[in-house]
Amino acid sequence: MAGPAPAAPQCLLEVRHVSKAFPGVVALDDVSLSLKAGTVHALMGENGAGKSTLMKIIAGIYRPDEGELRLRGRALQLRSPMEALHNGIAMIHQELNLMPSMSVAENVWIGREPLNACGIIRHRELNARTQALLERLQIDLDPRTPVRALSVAARQMVEIAKALSRQSQLLIMDEPTSALTDKEAQHLFTVIRELTAQGTGVFYITHRMDELFEIADEVSVLRDGRHIATDRPDNLSRDAIIRMMVGRELARLFPCAPANPGPVALSARALNLPPKFHDVSFDLHAGEILGVAGLIGAGRSQLAEALFGLTPASSGQILIEGCEVRVDCPGAAMARGVALVTEDRKESGCFLGLSVLENLEISVLTREFVRLGFVRKGALTRACAAISHSLRVKTPDLHERMENLSGGNQQKVLLGRWLLMQPKILILDEPTRGVDVGAKAEIHELISRLVAQGAAVLMISSEMPEILGMSHRIMVMHEGRVTGILARAEADQVKIMNLAAR
Amino acid sequence: MSTGQREPMSEAPAPPSVGSAASARARGLPSEASILMVLVGLALTFELLGWIFVGQSFLFNAQRLVVMILQVSVIGIIAVGVTQVIISGGIDLSSGSVVALTAMVAASLAQSSDAVRAVYPALIDLPLIVPLAAGLAVGALAGLLNGTLIAWTSIPPFIATLGVMVSARGIAKWYTRGQPVSMLTDSYADIGGGVVPVVIFLATALVFHVALRYTRYGKFTYAIGANAQAARVSGINVPRHLIVVYTIAGGLSGLAGIVTSARAVSGQSGMGMMYELDAIAAAVIGGASLSGGVGRITGTVIGTLILGVVTSGFTFLRIDAYYQEIVKGAIIVVAVIADQYRQRARSRRA
Repeated sequence: MAGPAPAAPQCLLEVRHVSKAFPGVVALDDVSLSLKAGTVHALMGENGAGKSTLMKIIAGIYRPDEGELRLRGRALQLRSPMEALHNGIAMIHQELNLMPSMSVAENVWIGREPLNACGIIRHRELNARTQALLERLQIDLDPRTPVRALSVAARQMVEIAKALSRQSQLLIMDEPTSALTDKEAQHLFTVIRELTAQGTGVFYITHRMDELFEIADEVSVLRDGRHIATDRPDNLSRDAIIRMMVGRELARLFPCAPANPGPVALSARALNLPPKFHDVSFDLHAGEILGVAGLIGAGRSQLAEALFGLTPASSGQILIEGCEVRVDCPGAAMARGVALVTEDRKESGCFLGLSVLENLEISVLTREFVRLGFVRKGALTRACAAISHSLRVKTPDLHERMENLSGGNQQKVLLGRWLLMQPKILILDEPTRGVDVGAKAEIHELISRLVAQGAAVLMISSEMPEILGMSHRIMVMHEGRVTGILARAEADQVKIMNLAAR
Repeated sequence: MSTGQREPMSEAPAPPSVGSAASARARGLPSEASILMVLVGLALTFELLGWIFVGQSFLFNAQRLVVMILQVSVIGIIAVGVTQVIISGGIDLSSGSVVALTAMVAASLAQSSDAVRAVYPALIDLPLIVPLAAGLAVGALAGLLNGTLIAWTSIPPFIATLGVMVSARGIAKWYTRGQPVSMLTDSYADIGGGVVPVVIFLATALVFHVALRYTRYGKFTYAIGANAQAARVSGINVPRHLIVVYTIAGGLSGLAGIVTSARAVSGQSGMGMMYELDAIAAAVIGGASLSGGVGRITGTVIGTLILGVVTSGFTFLRIDAYYQEIVKGAIIVVAVIADQYRQRARSRRA
């Protein structure tokens, strides 16, 4: 347990009835909890439970729609991350915000460098101050080292030193150990205990159950934007926490395609791409949806990218319809009838500045609708119009710019792009993320229809209802490894979460 | 996949039309319209000023119009290639130097027997095809180098083509140790004679207008410029395509080098100085976006003509060349600002 807590720990931060909605989703719904000074308060929950949103509100990145924050009993209005920093609240992001080419000391004191009368930075004092900070945290680092040369763990320590240099009283850590070795994690815990002993309060987001019992004084579980419970870890069992994380009523939103598995369409044999995933093997049948469950960072998207040839696996075999194939670029995968709808619509899916038509036609152009280099415009446009119609894409016409479509309609266009190719194997990475309920149901129905017609679907999803409602079998991944493959009949939320969170 | 067999639902949208007249009106005029109006406006301004200050018409003078287009034909040929590079999300700074290099190489293979000290005394009075092929090949090779550097080492196009720009100019000088190459054959000089450069410019523009709008090559170029990562995921071999785009741009610079040396009936290593910037300006004035995915050859042609009108208008009004450059710079900046406003307005209209 963290440090000798005072008899009645002072309440550092209080979250009162905070709600926050984003277009299409309620991220937080009337959440109240409090952090006591000198303690570690862990937050648990599935992907999308609202942990990160809550932390971003506390760090001043988002503003709550309703409710308030109280810091040491006083109401707190944060308009920017800067204001949060001035109030002693620092967040250490998953993707660290350091400047690689600058030294540790320069990073810690950026914007607050000690200057002499002429405005020149006093480097000696800069380094000495940093040294003092690092010693206080018992971190063995030279302040003059460029951050580029540091490990992820050491960079995290720099972030912590930076927070400390601002006299931060409240530290938010978002899965700090996800990229650390056990030894590095132990050192991080030592530093955290050091900080709590000095009275700092820590919000700690984690997916690792073991850490909870090791470092947390209190744990709160969020689910679907709601606060479920707060308790001391000693009073809770692993199973109890998992039940709280997943214990929702499953609405029957999903059309269940009857299980009618055909021959094996796609097999993976001992696929490896360290450190992203290890030793992944599975069979995907025609006429089947194989759901892939897991927490963020489990290596699911990287597996999809490897199967599609975007970042080929470093070892292992891919078999399509029983024949071993080399998939070293997307073109090779497409030639075998494999299609991938990526997770990040904006980043790697849409051509936002181009028209709906241009977004639809692009993949099929690599192999069809072209004669002597010239696009067969009439035939192609008719095919695009037909697919757009059958997917019920809501757009004034096919020349509308993609960026003017809603997320759900953009996603339908991306699906249409691949359906034009008539793929045998469809890999879907979060097919309904950021999609409104109506479009979601339509996309699910479409997937079911494809499967009924004999397509094989590998569906990555972080939404438990989607995974449980759609899949015939469920493959669970944890930290790059397959931890289990469950048949639909035996799968439930607790079993999946047990395999996903370990 | 099936398209039918669904009960029609009440909120099912009508099948999207593929560009009815109504929707075309809703989207407004093509983006070239505004830039065409700038061209017409500038021409009319010069016409008006002509009557006031010079006492004659600016536009109703066939010879002046021919000279005007002739002056910018070389820039136009380069700009057609540069437009494709810009659409693909890149930039090509090497064009002007490639013009010089190809002018030198092509001219050295086009010398007539009158040449006193030919570069290759054994290679005089060659058939026209030899210098033409050599010029195009040298240009294409330079472009291939650009493309390969960008595609394989993933250094920014700005840096890769900057390097080639400096080196190509160096090679052009080294080729004859700085000496100009003169005494070219009549058949070679004919390429630069009369309205031939204008014809070459317009033919080039037409070919690549068609290529960009109606071929797979064009579709892929726009897609890569709009979102290279999405293009890769869509199965496009992005590095290979970029190499093709830069090679075409290099080949067109080579063509421009041939025309330049034919017009001057000599090859000089100082030729084509800053042409790359004029070509980029023409493309940008014509609506090409340096962030990629946007641009059209028709716009670039109009952009080129705007540069021509400004140059010949100022000469016509006998205004100092200094002012000409100052105004040209302002036009480029204003064109880009106007374009940004237009784009913002378009994405707001959601």
